[in-house]
Amino acid sequence: MKKAGLLMIIGPLFLLGLFYFPLWNIMLGAPQYPEPLGMNIHIDGIRDMNEFDLQNIDGLNHYIGMRKLPKPEEMWEFSTFPLVIGGMVALGVLIGILGIIGKLNYQWYAGWFVLMSILGILGMYDFNAWMVDYGTNLDPNAIMKLANPDGTPMSYKPPLFGHAKMLNFDVTSLPSSGAWMMFVGMTTTVIAFFVGWKATKKPT
Amino acid sequence: MRKYSYILMLFGITAFLSSCGNQGDNKSSNGALSSSAAEKAYVAPGEHDEFYAFMSGGYSGNITVYGLPSGRLFKEIPVFSQFPTSGYGYSEETKPMLNTSFGFVPWDDAHHPDISQTNGELDGRWIFINGNNTPRIARVSLETFETEEIIELPNSAGNHSSSFITENTEYVVAGTRFSVPVPQRDMPINEYKGNYKGALSFISIAPDNGRLNLEFQMMMPGFNYDLSHPGRGKSHGWFFFTTYNTEEAHTLMEVNSSQNDKDFIAAVNWKKVEEYVKNGGGTKMPAEYAHNVYDEHTHMATSTMKKEVITVDPTKVPGAVYFLPTPKSPHGCDVDPSGQYIIGNGKLSADLTVHSFDNMIAAIEGAKFDGEAYGIPILKFEDVLAGTVKSGGLGPLHTEFDGQGNAYTTFFISSEVVKWKLGTWEVIDRQPTYYSVGHLMIPGGNSRKPFGKYVVAMNKITKDRYLPTGPEMEHSAQIYDISGDKMELIYDFPTHGEPHYAAGCPAELLAPNSKKIYRLSENKHPYAVLTPDQAKVERDGNEVHIYMSTIRSHFTPDNIEGIKVGDKVYFHITNHEQDFDVPHGFAMIGQNTSELLIMPGQTKTSLWEPKKPGVWPFYCTDFCSALHQEMQGYVRVSPAGSDVPLTYSLGE
Repeated sequence: MKKAGLLMIIGPLFLLGLFYFPLWNIMLGAPQYPEPLGMNIHIDGIRDMNEFDLQNIDGLNHYIGMRKLPKPEEMWEFSTFPLVIGGMVALGVLIGILGIIGKLNYQWYAGWFVLMSILGILGMYDFNAWMVDYGTNLDPNAIMKLANPDGTPMSYKPPLFGHAKMLNFDVTSLPSSGAWMMFVGMTTTVIAFFVGWKATKKPT
Repeated sequence: MRKYSYILMLFGITAFLSSCGNQGDNKSSNGALSSSAAEKAYVAPGEHDEFYAFMSGGYSGNITVYGLPSGRLFKEIPVFSQFPTSGYGYSEETKPMLNTSFGFVPWDDAHHPDISQTNGELDGRWIFINGNNTPRIARVSLETFETEEIIELPNSAGNHSSSFITENTEYVVAGTRFSVPVPQRDMPINEYKGNYKGALSFISIAPDNGRLNLEFQMMMPGFNYDLSHPGRGKSHGWFFFTTYNTEEAHTLMEVNSSQNDKDFIAAVNWKKVEEYVKNGGGTKMPAEYAHNVYDEHTHMATSTMKKEVITVDPTKVPGAVYFLPTPKSPHGCDVDPSGQYIIGNGKLSADLTVHSFDNMIAAIEGAKFDGEAYGIPILKFEDVLAGTVKSGGLGPLHTEFDGQGNAYTTFFISSEVVKWKLGTWEVIDRQPTYYSVGHLMIPGGNSRKPFGKYVVAMNKITKDRYLPTGPEMEHSAQIYDISGDKMELIYDFPTHGEPHYAAGCPAELLAPNSKKIYRLSENKHPYAVLTPDQAKVERDGNEVHIYMSTIRSHFTPDNIEGIKVGDKVYFHITNHEQDFDVPHGFAMIGQNTSELLIMPGQTKTSLWEPKKPGVWPFYCTDFCSALHQEMQGYVRVSPAGSDVPLTYSLGE
């Protein structure tokens, strides 16, 4: 039981990496940007990959009528996400401690994992919804108004995951180091669940 | 002996002549087998060159930056000449750079670039270059590749044995080619002899920011101080200058200054003179010379007129200067990487004279003098001589080194580069140049650590090398691969202006430090607008200041009214881009100056004095974006005395 509880404490602690490392990364490369522009999406805001990247992305986006990238105070997510992650870490560690001293059983570990997964999926859904809005809700007076072959306005929504060609840009969107740490941490809690499950099966 | 050398010389000339007939062929001893020259000079699209080469522009007054081995031109850096491409010398900020004690001098003749060194090795902080005509020394930043400082030299004329630096960049040294009365005064020309002086200037370089200060000038006899190089390693602390016209002729110089069989190399112990000056030696003399400094943060130059210089009479400092007799009006004065050999390239000779630093010190210690000239001891030729290179060429001018114990000397008259061995003085190889080569350059060839892979020969005559372009042509240069025993010609390309000397260095020394933008947040220009809402127009009498910003693809403001004929309108334009390689330009119809090219984060100012009422457009001259053609604006000019209010707007 001790081993499982210990893993249950360690797992959520990996999520603390999100306070330092980006969750997601979007890179924009083009012929005239051999060194691609990039943005790192952190739980508390969007940051430059290299200095002035955000300013330069905004500068390019103004041609097609996209809004400027949001400042942290312009989206509730950037103040809420840190609280949610912090809360989940505290909750996970607490469950682990209570697991070690035998106040809770291993099923709570799975419970934490399921809750975290639901929150994660909600987060992804929210992120995707923001990108849809950002990429399609365009200034009607945009300098360049481009349409798809069927006549519908072109969308500039970046892909949630993977690569897309958007005008002259190659856009690549992938989880970044913070997200990988979160996946490792969440996987650890699943292992904690199985270790705990096995330990309870032994005596029988 | 003499006969022998003439035979060799003839042989050399014959070899050269016969080589002209089939210049397309590969000249190496391997003949057609080594036809990989193209591969060696080829730098594939998107790939970078191995070396930077900074060539002086001669009468263009500027420096051009090339890549080696491709010979591709990257940039022309304006130094001593107005440059309408960027507005250098035309913008209000850079006009002071070209200020001198003679007023605004928009041009010079730039000769000898030299890159800063630490412990005798290239460090890539700055490059220095001399203005020959109106004596000046410039310092160029190798982070921005822009001229940051120019100092004028009083008491000098024909600033030719310049601008060479000591091995820790303590001094940039500048000598006088045309001796003159010091101080300048109205006197008969034929009283030259014994009266005129040749000043050798020692300009210190502040290690932290590179600021130049003329520390002292040595007032030497009225010879022509032609070229110079610093001692290095064991000879650090000495500086060597070739002289000619020790006859002190003042007319028909080509004959009258070629009469002495030997002129001198002047060996100057600058550490001794430095100490002498530090201890209060020397004479403070009234002088007038401009010191112009460009500040990267205010994006502005200021010019200060200096009023005094310390002069040193070399005979007052025992052991400061010795003369080394050197045959045949020596031109180039080159010191090998070890600092042991001092090479006098006797330009009217077939041979090279090599002096030994150790021999020189021994002769000085033994007080073995062969008389004196104006109180300066002359050492015995035989005592200081290390050896003679019987080259078989004619008209040696300059020597560079590969760091492998070999030296490479250009021969102007026989038009070739000759490779020879230091110490044995034997000739190893010779290759023709096209035609009449002046300087040559091996990256780091004037340092303790040369990068002996390529040598570039810079020629004075082009003739038939390229498609003809009328009587006036660019000068030709050749690149030789010197990594093997034999030199191999791998490329031939035209160069801009008249490159005299050049300086090269490995690309990795500079490329990582090359600035991409100026930070807007660090812009301290007094007329900068850091955000578009600070843009404004202010009138002060008949002066109008337009604080304008640019970003793709508009000016803020772009409509201005209330300007009147007779106004002096200053456009202060700040480029708000912070993206690499997105300059904006500015040009105004009928303006009596050049355009501006403003780098990201930079502010530049252009003066316009409208002469006619009307509505006059201005526009961006750099194709900055897809909407570059839309990047324009209008200024309404009303007759003098009219009462149209001063207004400005964007998007109204």
